[in-house]
Amino acid sequence: MRSPTAIDKPTGGAAIAVRDLSHWYGRGDARRQVLQDVELSIDPGEVVLLTGPSGCGKTTLLTLVGALRQVQAGSVQLFGSELLGAGRRERQQLRRRIGMIFQGHNLLRCLTAEQNVQMGADLLADLGYRARRDQAREWLRAVGLGDHLGKLPHDLSGGQKQRVAIARALAARPELLLADEPTAALDSRSGREVVDLLRRLAREQGCAVLMVTHDPRILDVADRLLRMEDGRLFDQDPEAR
Amino acid sequence: MVSRGLQTIAGIWRSRRIPLAWLLLTRQPMRLAVALAGIAFAGILMFMQLGFRDGLFEASVTVHKLFDADVVLLSPRTTSSIGMASFPRRRLVQTLADPDVIGISPVNWNLLLWRNPEARTTRSILTLGFEPDDPIFLDPSISSQARLLQNRGWVLFDERSRPEFGPVAAWLKQGRTVETEVSGERIRVAGLVSLGPSFGADGNMITSRETYQRLMPSSPPGSIELGLIRLRPGADPDAAVARLKRLLPGDVRVVTKAGFEELEKTYWRTSTAIGFIFTLGAGMGFVVGCVIVYQILYSDVSDHLPEYATLMAMGYRLPSLLGVVAREGLLLAVLGYLPAYVAGQGLYALVRSGTRLPVVMDPQRALLVFTMILVMCLGSAGLAMRRLGDADPAEIF
Ligand SMILES: Nc1ncnc2c1ncn2[C@@H]1O[C@H](COP(=O)(O)OP(=O)(O)OP(=O)(O)O)[C@@H](O)[C@H]1O
Ligand SMILES: [Mg+2]
Repeated sequence: MRSPTAIDKPTGGAAIAVRDLSHWYGRGDARRQVLQDVELSIDPGEVVLLTGPSGCGKTTLLTLVGALRQVQAGSVQLFGSELLGAGRRERQQLRRRIGMIFQGHNLLRCLTAEQNVQMGADLLADLGYRARRDQAREWLRAVGLGDHLGKLPHDLSGGQKQRVAIARALAARPELLLADEPTAALDSRSGREVVDLLRRLAREQGCAVLMVTHDPRILDVADRLLRMEDGRLFDQDPEAR
Repeated sequence: MVSRGLQTIAGIWRSRRIPLAWLLLTRQPMRLAVALAGIAFAGILMFMQLGFRDGLFEASVTVHKLFDADVVLLSPRTTSSIGMASFPRRRLVQTLADPDVIGISPVNWNLLLWRNPEARTTRSILTLGFEPDDPIFLDPSISSQARLLQNRGWVLFDERSRPEFGPVAAWLKQGRTVETEVSGERIRVAGLVSLGPSFGADGNMITSRETYQRLMPSSPPGSIELGLIRLRPGADPDAAVARLKRLLPGDVRVVTKAGFEELEKTYWRTSTAIGFIFTLGAGMGFVVGCVIVYQILYSDVSDHLPEYATLMAMGYRLPSLLGVVAREGLLLAVLGYLPAYVAGQGLYALVRSGTRLPVVMDPQRALLVFTMILVMCLGSAGLAMRRLGDADPAEIF
């Protein structure tokens, strides 16, 4: 189920390659630049953390890379496909290859943990219903929720919900994981657990990870650390933190 | 062929997904209950209004249906059962010239004043006069009592007449002799028949033409209001009507029995607002249902907007999410129709016993109401879908 433009082209094999990306919000006098000439490249299997003060444009970068927003200027190559000028349908097709984890868990309230994860697995059109359900169960076991398959989000703790969200994102077998402050709603211990889990599972899948976080305690999981300030992206020496 | 079909079904079954629409509805039982109550209410309202409408039209021909006839003669001035004009009886005799005609029966038909034997008040009663030897009724229980009518002044009373005519049936069953006045003449109730009230008449009675003449002295002896014609078995009534029309002059009208019934229904349909009123009532039910279902689905979509946006962010296509809302509408239609159908059956039974109107659940109306509910739910779902356009996956991070 890939659109014609989504065919992998040899762009050095990077999952994401961003060049000269700029973004503006608003029109006319209210027009304000939030991203300036951002350059970024993430390889498959690489875990990249992004930090920066509030309002500097991290989430905006994530939505652009996640094909959720139209690219205005510059170039974003996702698995070799150019997002600048890509249509709605093209972006929707590309999103199937991206797993997203949100600050809030954003689970479907009326579905059980297992069914929520299967909503991710259901995107894999080539698998039968049972296979997809088994995958959903397996992913829940992998995130340590094998005993909570039939529970509604309502009956799960914050950390458990976030783990369900991770299982859901991974069940669609993404090539790229985008996470925006996945630990914000969690206490430090379950935050740590969730991030470790995320990294381990992403490594196993060869899946690239771009994670926004404010949490200084989890920075050590990163292969590479980026810092954003006023819409500009800087490399940050991991040792310098 | 069969195996390919099975394969297709197995394929569809294999590729099925989480039944999101069903889960959205059933995991919010309060909202579902309100929606179903609304739909069922609208359905019941439509069933009742359309049932009454059809029942009233059907009731207008209860008497018409009793006659054993293939073709009937009427006066061209006749408008309906409450406006029966007379024509010369010899026109009926003339039809015997047609080879297909094997029997004829003259019938007098008018509304006369009946005096309630208990309360002494008067009320219009539909009176049929016929020759007691003529087999004019399909119902054998009437024919078997017909010889009683050879006694002058004796009548058969419709026990399903409205109670305003007096406790005639009860008295008769107690063995009392029931005598009263019709048009100022003394009559005696010799027996009971079961016909049922219609639009134009709250009650019916049957008597001989001879007694009828006494009750209606102003009507000339050679004139009748209805001529019944029986055809040879297998004869085509329409062809006979065409031949009789050529045979007879223009002072009579020839129609089939079905045409006779249609004439009556058409009269009530066109000359009264009944059809309009009840159709309007059903329309109201439809509109109320639309509003309720739209409200429910709209607030359901609104409540779940972030979740829909999340699904879009995951890569679900907008059409497949619109499909979820459409399926919610479809499920509501089916789930709401069932209680409406059952309640409709029950209420029809209640109406039948309460008003003696022939209101039944006929498949055509059942289908019509289902179609209306389907349009209601899918239309509302279609409108509620517009809300999904507001789900922006870029806003959920
Ligand atoms: N839809 C929008 N329309 C207009 N301005 C916006 C919109 N979204 C974000 N902004 C503005 O753009 C700037 C960058 O926002 P963004 O959400 O990317 O910041 P952030 O780095 O994610 O901040 P935080 O750490 O608080 O989440 C902010 O000043 C914000 O007010
Ligand atoms: Mg943010």
